[in-house]
Amino acid sequence: MHIYANPTRFLSLAKWLMPLLFWSGLVLSVGAVGWGLFMVPPDRLMGDTVRILFIHVPAAWLGMGGWAGIAISSAMLLVWKHPLAALSARAIAVPGMVFCAICLATGSIWGRPTWGTWWEWDGRLTSMLVLLFLYAGYIALTEAAEKEGSSTKIAAIFGLVGAVNVPIINRSVVWWNSLHQPPSITAGKSAIEATFLVPLLVAVVGFSLLFGAIVLMRMRALIAEQQVEARLRRRALDDDAPAPVTPAMEQA
Amino acid sequence: MREELNQWDFVWLAYGVGAIALALLILWAWRSMARAEARRDASRRR
Repeated sequence: MHIYANPTRFLSLAKWLMPLLFWSGLVLSVGAVGWGLFMVPPDRLMGDTVRILFIHVPAAWLGMGGWAGIAISSAMLLVWKHPLAALSARAIAVPGMVFCAICLATGSIWGRPTWGTWWEWDGRLTSMLVLLFLYAGYIALTEAAEKEGSSTKIAAIFGLVGAVNVPIINRSVVWWNSLHQPPSITAGKSAIEATFLVPLLVAVVGFSLLFGAIVLMRMRALIAEQQVEARLRRRALDDDAPAPVTPAMEQA
Repeated sequence: MREELNQWDFVWLAYGVGAIALALLILWAWRSMARAEARRDASRRR
């Protein structure tokens, strides 16, 4: 892990890994979505709305996984002061928030024909909405720290504390009565028929690869911005430095 | 009373929202990366 503390070394890895993740993720995601839309039969209870799950479930997984990534990066920043940890946490925030928003939007669209309502203030939906607000707060904090040039530690602590919400989202359907169904996939077990499970897993893998590619794009952008800023700062310091004293100036 | 809803309308709506959001995210991430790296390369040449 510490090998990639050097941005140059990390960039050389990201340059070939990013297109690989992007194109493989795009092919798998489009394939899984096509599979879910046109090849999977309607579900006995949900009918055709079951097809929405091929985008809703990966979005939910990445919304929560994104925050787990922020928490891990924050811990790495606070414990080991890994130079790329703050950048990786910042790079995850916007894609994580977008996937969280996609999860909420597609879940709401699925809920209308299935539950008869667009929204229900139950544990799962509310805790997922809280996650969206946590992302917004984290992005605001990191942007403010970047503009003011202040420490990234506050955002890192926020990232760690906010991780408490992730297990709450996961267990919410077990702890509280909810319209949302209980977990369909648990460790080693699945209540989902293979006809639906296989394209769903392909979609999860595909969207995860796309997510990884987007995070690498963000990291490359943030590293480049920092390099420009460091160069400008160095140049400004050079300009402010007193001119060397020449013998002619000394005689005068 | 049972409400008659065309489920496919909701399926297309969900995929439309997801596809637009994801396309905008990818486009923004790509453009911000390309711009930042072009700025860095330009500052190196100066």
